[in-house]
Amino acid sequence: MTITAGIDVGGAYTKVVLLDGEQIIGRAILRTGYKPGIAAQECLVTALADAGISRDNLGYVVATGFGRFQVAFSQLNVTELTAAAWGAHALFPGTRTILDVGGHAVKASRIDESSQVKSFRLNEKCAAGTGAFLEKTARYMGFGADQIGALAATSSIAVPISGVCTVFAEAEVINHLSQGIAAADIMNGAIISLVGKSVQLMKRVKIEPEVTLIGGIMRFPTMVTAIRGTVPGDLNVPEGDLVQFVAALGASKLAQRQVHRLAEQGTPEAGRADLVGARAS
Amino acid sequence: MAYAAGVDVGSTQTKAVIIDEDLQIVGRALVSTGSNVTIAAQTAYEMALKQGNIHEEEEGVDFIVGTGYGRYKVTFGDAQTTEISCHGRGAVHMFPGTRTVVDMGGQDTKAIKVSPTGEILDFFMNDKCAAGTGRFLGAAAMALDLPLDQLGPTALLSTRPVKITTTCTVFADGEILSLIGKGKKVEDVLLGVHHSVVSRSIGLLSRVGIEREVTFTGGVACNVGMVSVLNQELGFEVNVSEDSHYMGAVGAALFAMDRIVAGRSPARRSEVRV
Repeated sequence: MTITAGIDVGGAYTKVVLLDGEQIIGRAILRTGYKPGIAAQECLVTALADAGISRDNLGYVVATGFGRFQVAFSQLNVTELTAAAWGAHALFPGTRTILDVGGHAVKASRIDESSQVKSFRLNEKCAAGTGAFLEKTARYMGFGADQIGALAATSSIAVPISGVCTVFAEAEVINHLSQGIAAADIMNGAIISLVGKSVQLMKRVKIEPEVTLIGGIMRFPTMVTAIRGTVPGDLNVPEGDLVQFVAALGASKLAQRQVHRLAEQGTPEAGRADLVGARAS
Repeated sequence: MAYAAGVDVGSTQTKAVIIDEDLQIVGRALVSTGSNVTIAAQTAYEMALKQGNIHEEEEGVDFIVGTGYGRYKVTFGDAQTTEISCHGRGAVHMFPGTRTVVDMGGQDTKAIKVSPTGEILDFFMNDKCAAGTGRFLGAAAMALDLPLDQLGPTALLSTRPVKITTTCTVFADGEILSLIGKGKKVEDVLLGVHHSVVSRSIGLLSRVGIEREVTFTGGVACNVGMVSVLNQELGFEVNVSEDSHYMGAVGAALFAMDRIVAGRSPARRSEVRV
């Protein structure tokens, strides 16, 4: 089986998943920073080391995410919606609606049984309603992004945070703190506010079960619990850190399909030109 | 001689102005609002008294009006008025031809339509999003490690603004740094930032209707780059005073003087303290 790589260059983090058949043999995650091309390169090198293989073993590379055009070594670029659809479908074949809450963008999409995106809505213009809102809220209180989950987990009640603007939230947070409200409850309130915005976005694509939640923010159990009450049917949530890698997984799956197609056509180096059916942007 | 004072407690800075019966500014002061709003108001007021060489025990200030988002925290104030009214009043006082006021502060931008006598006819403000406010410029200054007062002069070195596509202030620093990383010049990026903020404020102005003369008030009016880009985009020159930053406090002081002149001023201020 050919080993394939999926690279998801997101606004906040870059993720790589290496697949050998159905098996994830290596993965890596790294802050995107201001040089997406370099982040992609480094992330791939880390993932290859994780898998214990060399670059020559790679059969096909598909890039996705906002920084996909900066990835110099990909053979195909696809939108993050297509990649997420493929990734979610691979993990939960019954997926029809996907909510992807990332660090810099929130995406809701509805897909069909063959992973085709039927409808989608995005928010990448306003930080309120994305992971950046939680990260900033945490930072205003002196916590790092990695402490958000643990902090919110200790809260018993959520203090309402308006969540209209991330910048204006600072004053609100400071106000709450000065009134003696616990940081955990403020964090919890920020998560609830984010859930409200995300679910609204999801409703605009017409929610159809099963709903699959992906993106780094879904690592926080509070987030998933809050969404659970607002959507019909069961929620699919990939286990552990895998939630962050779904689009990269999907890109890697798309790479496998490309390999198959090329094998059928008997042209192993058809390369970038073959975008048919991949809904590349 | 009777004096009146206006204290404008903004989200970022607190301004105090003292005027005399001839409506001339005799003292002004500006401090950071910080976390203790009441102390900031008190400090600014006392500094303005000192600057005007006014001694409270002799010929004190007879009426104080508080304005700005923190106006109810001006515990020594005799009355409160919204900053919308105060900016309108102040702008018409300084530039009698004013029909439209654009007030840009640290966290909000307001477009105000005023009558020839300074009454508020209509207004719009961006209270929901920090884009298009001083904060957007502040984020740029932070990202580029420049002091705020260097933003305008630096931007004006450029003739080729780089288009800023980010809407959100939170995401702006990422875009700015990546543009610099791609080799764009600091001044070109900064001019682009100024254009971005101006285009948002013009959007707000259009909603009240842009009627000349336009007076530019608030702290952001101190930025020569903003004034220049605003003039360019509007196609005519806006009114800017050296006291633009104090316009809300000036308006508040004028309202305070009205009360003194109308004889409704309390004999002893302590009686109306709450």
